[in-house]
Parts: sequence; C-alpha cells; structure tokens
Amino acid sequence: MHTTARLRRVILWPFQGAGRPVAFLATGALIQLAALVVMALPWIFLVPETWAATLLAVLVPLAALVSAGPSLTEAQRGRFRARLGVHIPSPYEGSRPSLPEWLRSPAARRQLGYHLLFGPLLALAAVFVLLMWAASAVAASIYVWIWLVPPESRLGQVGYTVLAAYITVAGIALLCAASWLSRALARLDTRTATLRLGPSREEQLARRVEDLAESRAGLVDTVDAERRRIERDLHDGAQQRLVSLAVNLGLAKATLGDLPEDARRVIDEAHREAKEAMEELNDLVRGLHPAVLEDRGLDAAISGIAARAPLPVGVTVNLPSRPAPAVEAVAYFTVSEALTNVVKHAQASRAEVTVECLGATLVLVVSDDGVGGAEPVGGTGLAGLAKRVASVDGRLSVDSPVGGPTVLTVELPCVP
Amino acid sequence: MRAVIAEDSVLLRIGVVKVLEMAGFEVAAEVADAEALLAAVEEHRPAIAVVDVRMPPGFTDEGVRAALVIRQQWPGTAVLLLSQYVEERYAADLLSAHTSGIGYLLKQRVADVEEFADSLRQVAKGGTVLDPQVVSQLLVRRHSDPLDRLTPREREVLELMAGGRSNAGIAAQLVVSESAVAKHINSILAKLDLPKTDADHRRVLAVLRFLGVT
Repeated sequence: MHTTARLRRVILWPFQGAGRPVAFLATGALIQLAALVVMALPWIFLVPETWAATLLAVLVPLAALVSAGPSLTEAQRGRFRARLGVHIPSPYEGSRPSLPEWLRSPAARRQLGYHLLFGPLLALAAVFVLLMWAASAVAASIYVWIWLVPPESRLGQVGYTVLAAYITVAGIALLCAASWLSRALARLDTRTATLRLGPSREEQLARRVEDLAESRAGLVDTVDAERRRIERDLHDGAQQRLVSLAVNLGLAKATLGDLPEDARRVIDEAHREAKEAMEELNDLVRGLHPAVLEDRGLDAAISGIAARAPLPVGVTVNLPSRPAPAVEAVAYFTVSEALTNVVKHAQASRAEVTVECLGATLVLVVSDDGVGGAEPVGGTGLAGLAKRVASVDGRLSVDSPVGGPTVLTVELPCVP
Repeated sequence: MRAVIAEDSVLLRIGVVKVLEMAGFEVAAEVADAEALLAAVEEHRPAIAVVDVRMPPGFTDEGVRAALVIRQQWPGTAVLLLSQYVEERYAADLLSAHTSGIGYLLKQRVADVEEFADSLRQVAKGGTVLDPQVVSQLLVRRHSDPLDRLTPREREVLELMAGGRSNAGIAAQLVVSESAVAKHINSILAKLDLPKTDADHRRVLAVLRFLGVT
C-alpha cells in the first residue's frame, strides 16, 4: 500500500499541478478562437476584390473587437479567477467607464495590446502545447494503439516493438515537457495579463495612496469623535456630580455654624478636595476635546488657552470660515502644547499666537521672546506635536536659535 | 427677593437652588430651557434669573440671548449667566448692551458657596460680576490702549474690580490696606481719563473700558 502510493507519487510527479494550467490554456485558446472567428467572418462569405473592400473586411471586425475590449477584459479576468484562482484587480476605479471614455484611457491601450497581440500569441503557444500533450499522450501509449490495430494491417512487421519502445520513452519525455511548458506558459500569461489587464503600477500606487489617505482621515475623525463623546459623557456625568458634591459641602460649611472644630475641618478639607477634583477634571476634559472648540471655534478656544497662560499672550485669529473639526483640534492642541513649552522652557516675557488662512493653508504661528534653543526632535512634546500635525497632512517647523526668539510654524490644510 | 433658575442639568440646578435659598432668595421657578425661562420671568418678575448659557434645544448660546431679552424687557430682573467655559464674546455682548444687573460666572464657582451667594446678591442689587477668567481672557484681546499705562498692581486691582469686588474685598485679596486700594483706584480712574461723575458709576466705566466694551 505504502509502496504503491509512493510509486504513484513518483509517476505523477511531473504532472503535479498541470491540470489547472491546461484547462486555463484551453479556455484562453477558445476565447482567442472566438476572436479569430470574428476577424475571419467577412472572409467566409465573400472574397473582397477591391482594396477598399479588403480594408473594410479587416477594419469592421477589428472595430467590433476593439469595442468589445472591456467585455474581453472581463472575460479574461474571469478566466484567471476561475481556472487559476488568480485575482487581477479591476483596471477601473469604481464602475466600468463608457466606451469613449475607455478608449481614451491608457488602460484601453494596455488591454487592447493583450487582446490583439499578446493574447493571440500566447494562445498560439497554448495550441502548440495542447497538441504536444495530445501527441505525447499518443506516443507514450503507442503499444495500446499497436494492439488496437488488427495484425494484418500493421505497417512494419520487423522491429516494431523496439521502435515502439523508443516512441514510448520519447512520449513520456514529451509529456513531462508538456506539463512543464503548460505551467510556464500559464505563468507567462498571468504575468502579461496582470500588467496589461489590471491597473498599471502608477494607478495601483495612486489608488493605494488614495485608500490610505481616506482610511487615515477616517481614523483621525474617529479618534476625534471618540474624544468628543468622552468629553460629553464626562460633562454630563462626573463633572455635574462633582459640582453638586462641592456645592453641598460648601453649603454644609456655610450653614452648619455650630459644628465642633474637628467636623468643620473635615468638611473644609472635603470641600477643598472636591473643588480640586473639579478643576482637575476640567483640565482633563479640556485636554480631551474642549467644548468651546466645538461650539465656538478656534478663535474662542485659543483665547481661552491664552487667558489661562501665566504670561501675556497676544492672540490674532483670522479665518474666513471654520476648518474641518480634525484640523481645528490639531491647531488647538498645537497652541496648547506650544504655550506649555513656552512656559516651561523659554523664560519668555510674552508670546504671540496668530492663525490665518492663506489660500488652502491654515498657517499657525506661535512665537515668544524667550531664550530659544528648542530642539524639534529632542523634546517629546514637539515630536508628539509633529506627529499629530502630520496626521492631517500638516507640517511643523521650529526656528529657535540659541538666545531666541522661538518661532513655531504649523501649516495645516484648510479647505475654505 | 424672588429668583428663577434656568439650567438643564438637574444636579447643578438643585445645587444652585440651595445656594439661592441660603443667600435669602425665594426660588419662584426652576426651568430647563430658554423659552420656559422667559415665561417664568414674565410671570414671576424675579429680582434675579440664574441662567445656563448652553441649554436645549440647540445647546449653544440660548442663555445669552434669553439674558439680553430679559434685561431689555424686564429691567427689574438681573441676570447671572453660568457657563462651562469662558466665551468673552458673550460677556462683551452682554456688557455692551447693559452695564448693570449682569453677571457671568463659570459653573465651577457655584461650589464656592459663600462667594457665589455674594455674587448673587450683588447682581440682584444691580451690580456687575465677572468671572476672573472672563476678565483675563478679555485682556488677551487688548493690544494697545490706555490700559498699558497702568502698573501691574493697578491692573490687578482693576481685574478684581471687574470681578465685582468691593474695596474691602480687593484689599483682602491683595493683602493690602483699604486706603492703598482706594489710592490705586483713584490712580486708575485718572489714567483712564474717566469723567468725574459719581464714584460707583466711574468704577463701572473703568471696568468696561478695561474689558474693551466701551
């Protein structure tokens, strides 16, 4: 049992995986045959005698084939999928274009190149390989044929068994060759078709970039929306509860005049803690997604940051309309982070924030009169900021010579 | 004195009602949106309306618009606006239309019960109370003007004035004597070229100039 299985494997080894390519090549040949029939159609019914008639007899079927180009492409893609399990991506973005549109596209030239030139050549090779299969199969089984032929009609009487042995061996060798050739030809066809029937490399890259840009924008928006949701939840829930708690403790402190000193101290402490917790929660919520940004836009939100900064900050915001929420959020957090850096490191006496829209670019500049020397890559704050800016296709640059001043410029896309 | 309150967050509303009662107000109506607020003011003619800026249905500036209507139609009703965050344009809008009986505080100030009760009484009496954060945010917008002539100390005093503090309150805050505060205020009034009318009104004018609304 074990040995027969092994023997079968050894015998079948040259033909392993040849079945699908053969079926594939046969269908390819059939499609090309159909095209050939179309081309030959006029010639079957008449033999054109004038030049004009000849030209017409060639051009009309050619035009028919060209206009059937998109359908042929679909048929071929179907063939690769069904016979080889190879997916050739659609050469079009979205739906199939109309015929005139298709004819003008570079994709049409590539596809017609396959249908009219490479396809027929490959089909010719396929026919050759299929014939080779048939011939080698006959040769390998020559003894069967000899046995089938009645003895009195056999051609040579002498030495035919020796000759037949040679023919059998040659047939087996040819079978192996045919198997190998089928696979090679299928590979060649696949490569050609992928290049000619699918999108070109540039188109693929362009599509990929488009997809990536879209998915990234979606991701950024999702993160933004999620932050806003958390902000709202905190605002409607924990924040209100804390205010209520602090109010009650404040009331207790104010109204319960005759408490023992210890109790009063405890209430005092609790009141202060509650207020501090409220402050911390406010800061946290602002860090997530400030409500003022969503409600009132950048101008109001940046003024808020400036007002909370412990140094004088001038704010000039000049925007004709509100940018996309994701861009607004990035601009807001840029200013927030930049001013935090100014306070921490710059030893500045004042800072200036300007936001304006130049064409389709929102230009945000945060400058200070501090000591300079800010490292664009060294500080984790700046690096994080640069990443955030890049997430919406923006650019961040820092000009900070030692001795100051520091100017941080951020450019963000801003579709008016 | 009667009061009405318009606040859509139930918890905060309960808190504010308690503080109002502690401050000696009788709460005539508790409502949750601007329309109901106007109806309540019409009906009860309260001394003060405590109003949330963001209310249903739009959750934008319903409270501010209602406040302007109230101050216009029922001058006897003062308005104290409560807001989650500072929007200095609201304050400017309010103050450029009316200079008395107006307050604008962050919601978190409610927790400082006694100060908040003080603010309520002041506004009900026709005073003006602004949150320190509103004040500092309005300052951000000022670029060059007579205010630059003020010394940092005078500026501090003016900020506290804008916050509705009395001379005694300012003195306590800055840990100086009341006479020193009075001296600072005189100097401020002189530097701001304010006409010599009665003292309280000059104070208000100084604050308004400070806030850039006049």
